[in-house]
Amino acid sequence: MENIYLTIVLAPLLGAIIAGLWRNQVGREGAHWLTIIGVAVSSFLSLYVLKAHVVDGLPVYNDAVYTWMVSDGIRFEVGFLVDNLTAMMMAVVTFVSLMVHIYTVGYMHDEDGYQRFFSYISLFTFSMLMLVMSNNFMQLFFGWEAVGLVSYLLIGFYFKKETAIFANMKAFLVNRVGDFGFLLGIAAVAMYFGSVDYHEVFAMAPQLADTQIQIWGDSSWSLMTVIGILLFIGAMGKSAQVPLHVWLPDSMEGPTPISALIHAATMVTAGVFMVARMSPLYEFSETALSFVLIIGATTAFFTGLIGIIQNDIKRVVAYSTLSQLGYMVVALGVSAYAAGLFHLMTHAFFKALLFLAAGSVIIGMHHDQDIRNMGGMRKYMPVTYWTSLLGSLALIGFPGFAGFFSKDAIIEAVHHSHIVGSGYAYVMVVAGVFVTALYSFRMFFLVFHGEGPRNFHAHHDDHGGHDEHDTGHHRDEHHDAKPKESPWVVTLPLVMLAIPSVVIGYLTVGDVLFGNFFDGVLFVLPEHDVLAAIGKDYHGATAFMLHGMTALPFYLAMGGLFVAWFIYMKKPVIAEIIKDKFDMFYMVLENKYGFDGFNQFFFAGGSRGIGQILWKAGDRVLIDGLLVNGSAKTVGFIAGIVRHLQTGYLYHYAFAMIIGMLGLISWFVLV
Amino acid sequence: MIALSDYLILGAILFSLSIAGIFINRKNVIILLMCVELMLLAVNMNFIAFSHFLGDSAGQVFVFFILTVAAAEAAIGLAILVVLFRNKRSIDVNDLDVLKG
Repeated sequence: MENIYLTIVLAPLLGAIIAGLWRNQVGREGAHWLTIIGVAVSSFLSLYVLKAHVVDGLPVYNDAVYTWMVSDGIRFEVGFLVDNLTAMMMAVVTFVSLMVHIYTVGYMHDEDGYQRFFSYISLFTFSMLMLVMSNNFMQLFFGWEAVGLVSYLLIGFYFKKETAIFANMKAFLVNRVGDFGFLLGIAAVAMYFGSVDYHEVFAMAPQLADTQIQIWGDSSWSLMTVIGILLFIGAMGKSAQVPLHVWLPDSMEGPTPISALIHAATMVTAGVFMVARMSPLYEFSETALSFVLIIGATTAFFTGLIGIIQNDIKRVVAYSTLSQLGYMVVALGVSAYAAGLFHLMTHAFFKALLFLAAGSVIIGMHHDQDIRNMGGMRKYMPVTYWTSLLGSLALIGFPGFAGFFSKDAIIEAVHHSHIVGSGYAYVMVVAGVFVTALYSFRMFFLVFHGEGPRNFHAHHDDHGGHDEHDTGHHRDEHHDAKPKESPWVVTLPLVMLAIPSVVIGYLTVGDVLFGNFFDGVLFVLPEHDVLAAIGKDYHGATAFMLHGMTALPFYLAMGGLFVAWFIYMKKPVIAEIIKDKFDMFYMVLENKYGFDGFNQFFFAGGSRGIGQILWKAGDRVLIDGLLVNGSAKTVGFIAGIVRHLQTGYLYHYAFAMIIGMLGLISWFVLV
Repeated sequence: MIALSDYLILGAILFSLSIAGIFINRKNVIILLMCVELMLLAVNMNFIAFSHFLGDSAGQVFVFFILTVAAAEAAIGLAILVVLFRNKRSIDVNDLDVLKG
């Protein structure tokens, strides 16, 4: 099996290297074929691995492939840990990646840097596989940073666009904050466990569960809490949790395919995956779990609210992603790791679908992303319309769809939990259901229903700029121009993703949540095991579904759907009235609770201020002025005095020589 | 009988004269050269005196060497002087201050 695992990882890397380094030799066609074949190979092999592990019961594979170095007894290795969790992640990552590769052929058709783009997304697939397949913290960190790097490169794909540069810099810096915590967490693990290997660390965790450590002063901290919170800070950066979520909406500056792949389906869920993987550590710290829970609940509700007022189609989906990530993190907080991972999987499918559908609409609208300009797209883009509808229903948790099972399981798990913060989290996630339905269907109705495109650019002249908002004069010139359905390379991935978005929940809910899918992978203390409590009343997926239809979240979702329909289809004037009545509230949302302003004023401005001071006082005055130029000036000053000795007259030199000689002779004679 | 000290005094007088010539002279480079030659003569005088009174002829051999070197030095010195005069149109020591700091 080792060769298969290696092939899965290396096939996309090979494609990325060839398409990236020899882009002129392979050309556009060559680049997409190479990378698609590479990812397709890994995708099929991943499905095979999934089958081998889940269906045929292949034992867990945990072995080092290569030892990088051994330092002070700590082994740094490249190794694979393949169990059911890894197999599931591999299948999801490679499948979504393959769909996005195919989709990109259509989406990026007219763009420059076509080969570069394929090279990057293939490289991303490699990095993400390294992350999920790792069997130690070092490789996890490598994958973690590598996906961050590719994310940075792809957000700034249009590197001539100011906003894209700003966004990728922001993503990079915010992730540095998270990664700093993550690195400290890994360092703490290496320091107290003396190993970076998962199995060794997890085996030792119960013995160290009550360890207290001193960080500064005399205050005593539980080791597990410190490690848990530090690692979770890393997850907050990568999985965009409040207050490190600010980079994700801006990351929409990148092309849509990567928003689907990286910023919705896979990379941003790395934090959720990591915390679930570390469940043997988190279980021993209720403080860390409560911290996770409260952060997740806050993210789930409050970022969803912002989604309601966004007008950029991709940003609506981006805020929805934030909110759904919050749900996953909430599940982790109440120790329902399986529910979090289940939502991760279903979300990967339907959110990738929604993003790709949004991209398809953007192609149809000739790279206009403002939903106020859209409308009536149902008539022109039937495939996109139907797949979007399925994706949106999955997102709001309509019974039977994938999102319903995972989201309902999370809400139930929070309801059954008793750890600190679970009451608050329950209110947040239940209210979040209404918000989710509201923003999803607001966007859906505004884009697809109503009268035809409200403002359509017939010209196809702004390839590079994806969010040009210069609405206006094109409209009258082209009455007959209409949006067209996207080519098959775009719609095929939509259909392929719509299928799991609908059925995957129903098919797998029993095994993943209440069965033995994650046995031996996730570790849950009996007193935290909320899923087992729910599992007692579980009698098959259909019963679960019927039960869900009588529960509060279902009515809230339907309420949200209805409100969205009523406000945006029936009486659009209500939206304006609400906006005027609650303009305070609206302003708060419009400013995204002021996180951006605060960060830019306090952190960015503060660092720039410190930089200015250091530059002016430290660099220019102290180093340049005093040390460098100062010593030069001192030498010059002394030399200026001494040079008067050099008269240039021969007799003065001769005199000096004679005096010197006399001095020497008298020294010899006298001493 | 002329004593050794007389010779040495003569050498010292010659040497002092040449030093005084170098210091006091502020006009002419040729006089400087002559003073340098005189200094060598003073040294030669000491060599010969010691050679004679100690009965060691090696001192006189040295004098030959010194005379030869002095001749060569005079030749080169005068040649330099000619070139200098061509370039600066002057052999006045006061004009030769290009090394002034």
